[in-house]
Amino acid sequence: MTNDITDFEIPIGDWVAAGVDWIQTNLTGILDGISEVLALVIDSFEGLLQGIPPLILALFIVLLATWRVGWKFGLFAIAAMVLLFGMDIWTQTISTLGLVIASSLVALIIGIPIGITMARHDAFEAITRPILDFMQTMPPFVYLIPAAIFFGLGKVPGSIATLIFAMPPAVRLTNLGIRQVSAEHIEAGKAFGCTSSQLLFKVQLPLAMPSIMAGINQTIMLALSMVVIASMIGAGGLGNTVLTGIQRLDVGLGFEGGLGVVLLAILLDRITQSFGIAQRAGGPPSLITRIRRFFQRTPDSPGKG
Amino acid sequence: MQDKVVVKDLYKIFGPEPDRALELLDQGLSKEEIFEQTRTTVGVQKADFSIREGEVFVVMGLSGSGKSTLVRMLNRLIEPTRGQVIVDGVDITQMSKQELITMRRRSMSMVFQSFALMPHKSVGENAAFGLEVSGMPKAERRERALQALDTVGLAVNADSYPDELSGGMKQRVGLARALATDAPILLMDEAFSALDPLIRTEMQDELVRLQTTQAHTIVFISHDLDEAIRIGDRIAIMEGGAIVQIGTPEDIVTNPANDYVRSFFYGVDVSKVFSAGDIASDRAITVFERTGVNVRAALAQLHDRGHSLGIVIDSDRHYRGMVSVNSLADAGRDSEHPHWEDAFLKQIQPASADTELSEVLSQVTSNEFPVPIVDTEGRYRGIVDKTVLLQTLDKTT
Ligand SMILES: Nc1ncnc2c1ncn2[C@@H]1O[C@H](COP(=O)(O)OP(=O)(O)OP(=O)(O)O)[C@@H](O)[C@H]1O
Ligand SMILES: [Mg+2]
Repeated sequence: MTNDITDFEIPIGDWVAAGVDWIQTNLTGILDGISEVLALVIDSFEGLLQGIPPLILALFIVLLATWRVGWKFGLFAIAAMVLLFGMDIWTQTISTLGLVIASSLVALIIGIPIGITMARHDAFEAITRPILDFMQTMPPFVYLIPAAIFFGLGKVPGSIATLIFAMPPAVRLTNLGIRQVSAEHIEAGKAFGCTSSQLLFKVQLPLAMPSIMAGINQTIMLALSMVVIASMIGAGGLGNTVLTGIQRLDVGLGFEGGLGVVLLAILLDRITQSFGIAQRAGGPPSLITRIRRFFQRTPDSPGKG
Repeated sequence: MQDKVVVKDLYKIFGPEPDRALELLDQGLSKEEIFEQTRTTVGVQKADFSIREGEVFVVMGLSGSGKSTLVRMLNRLIEPTRGQVIVDGVDITQMSKQELITMRRRSMSMVFQSFALMPHKSVGENAAFGLEVSGMPKAERRERALQALDTVGLAVNADSYPDELSGGMKQRVGLARALATDAPILLMDEAFSALDPLIRTEMQDELVRLQTTQAHTIVFISHDLDEAIRIGDRIAIMEGGAIVQIGTPEDIVTNPANDYVRSFFYGVDVSKVFSAGDIASDRAITVFERTGVNVRAALAQLHDRGHSLGIVIDSDRHYRGMVSVNSLADAGRDSEHPHWEDAFLKQIQPASADTELSEVLSQVTSNEFPVPIVDTEGRYRGIVDKTVLLQTLDKTT
C-alpha cells in the first residue's frame, strides 16, 4: 500500500527506443546520405593531414603558433611537436586533429546559420534556447548511443556525436554577438539604405565577429574533448590510445594519450583564440598590417597612419 | 523658401494599446495619464510642421520628450503610428520597402550621437559606407569618400581605423559618411553631445561653415540651447511628445510660449542670441544734415530736448556721425561757419546690425558713449547703450 504512490512508470526509455526503431526503418536513405557526406569530409581532412610529411606539418604548426600568438608560444609548439614525435603518437594526434577539424567545420556550417536565425527571430530563439540547454547538459556519453545505433561504429558516428555535442556554443555566441550589436550601428546601417542581407553581412556579422570567434573556439575545444570520448565507438585517434591504456591498465600508455590530448588542446585553444580577439582592438595584427607597419617604419617613408 | 519635409499630424505610440492611446489622446488626456491607464507610451503626438529647403531645423526638449522618436520617423527607422511624412512631395509612410531603401540612399543620411562607425572598416571605407551599400564601384566611391573627408579636414586619415581617432575626429568621419552620399537632407541626433565642449563648439562652427558652401536641409536634435541658437535657423521645442513652439531663436527667446519653453533660457548667454540690430534703440536725437540745419541749430535742438548726444544722418538716413553738446560747442567756437565733420566724435565707430551682441557689449561697457548701429547699406538703425543692454539682459535671466 505505501508503495502505491511511487509505483507507476513513465516509459520514456521505451518511447525513445520506439522512436529510434521508426527512424531506422523509415529514414535509412537520409541516414545513409548523411553518413556518406560526413565520411567524405572526414576522409578528405584526414587524408590531407596524413598526406603532408610529418616534419613539414609540424613546422607549419610551429610557424602558425609563432605568428598568431608569439615567439614564446612558438617555443612551446616546438616542445609539443618533439613530445608528440617522441611518444610515437603523431599518427593518432593527426587523426584526432582531422576528426576535430572536420566535425567542427560541419558543426559551424550548421550552427552559425542557426545562430543567425535565432538572432533575427525571437520566436525561433525561444524554441531553440531550451534545446541548446538540453544539449549542453546531457552527459556527452549519451550522444554515443544513438550515433552508434544509426551509423554503426567508426569515424562517422564519432563525428556525428561530436558535432552535435560541440555545436551549441557556436549557435549561442553567434546569436548573442548579433544581438549585442548596438542599436545605433543597426540604425546607421538602415539609415544608409541597407537591405536586410546587407545589414547582416556588412554590419551585424562583422560587429559580432569577436563573439562568433569565441563560439568557434569553444566549439573546437568541445569537439576535441568529444572526439576522445567517441573513440569508444571506434572514432580512433588519441582517444584510442587512452582507451587501450584503460583496458590494459597501462598507466604509462594512458598518460601518453592524455598528454597528447592536452598538448593538442593548448595549441588549438591559443591559436583559435588569437583569431577571436578583434584585430583592431590590440590583438595580434594581421600579417598584412604587420607588413604595412614594417614598411611604414622604414626611414624613407616615415608617414604613420 | 520651399518646403523640403512636411510633417502632418504625426503620432508615435509605443506599447501594447496604440489605438486606445490615440483615442484617449483625442479625448485630451496627458501622456502620464495614458501611461497609467494603458501602459502605453506616447512617443510623439500631433506633430505638424514643415522644414524648409536649406535650413537648419533644431529640435529641442528634455530627455524623453520625443526628439529621437520624431527624427527617426522622418526616415522611418521608427514606423509612425499615424500621420504623414512628406519628403519632396512624396509621402514616405506609404512607400514600399524597396522605395524606402532607395529614398534612404538618395535623399537622407544620418549622423549619430555615438558616431556608430564600423570598427572593422578604415576611415575611408566608413565614409564610403552609404555608397558601398548602394552599389557604387570601389574606385568611384573611394574618390567620393575622400572628397567628403576632405570637406571635414580628415582626408589624410583615410587609411586609419576609427579606434585610432579622437571623439571629434570620429564624428567628423560620421559627418563625412553622411555628406558622401550627397543626400540633401541630414538627420543629426545629438550629433555633438558626446564631444568635449571645445570640440563641440568647433564642430558647430564647422557645420555652419559647411552650410554656407553646400546647403543641406538639416534636422538637428539637441538638448543644449546654446547649440540650438548657434546653428539653428529655426527651433522646435518639444514637451511630452508634442511640439510646443516653433520659431527663430529670437522669437523663442523673446516670446516663449509657456514656462516650459522659458525654463530653457535660464543661464543662456543672451548676448549670443541677439545681434546689435535686434536691440538698437531709437532713443537718440537724430539731426538731419541738410541746408538750414547747421551746427549751432543742432546745439540748440539738443539743449531744448535735454540730450547731450545726437546722431547726424543725411536725407537718406545714412549715418554721418555722432555729436555731443560739447563737440558742437567746441566746433562753433573754433570757426565762424563750422562744418559737421568738425563736430563729429572721432572715437566713435558705428557697428553693423548683424554684429553679435557680445562684441558690442565690450564697446559699450568700456566707453562712455553708446554705439551707433547701421545696416549693410550704412543706414542708421539706432543706438545701443548701457540702458538698452541692461534691459535686454534682464528680460531673460
Ligand atoms: N522602443 C521604445 N519602446 C517604448 N517606449 C519608447 C521606445 N523608444 C522611446 N520610447 C519612449 O518614448 C518617449 C520619447 O523617447 P525619445 O527617445 O524620443 O526621447 P528623447 O527626447 O530623444 O530623449 P533623450 O534626450 O533622452 O534622447 C520616452 O518616453 C521613451 O521612454
Ligand atoms: Mg534621444
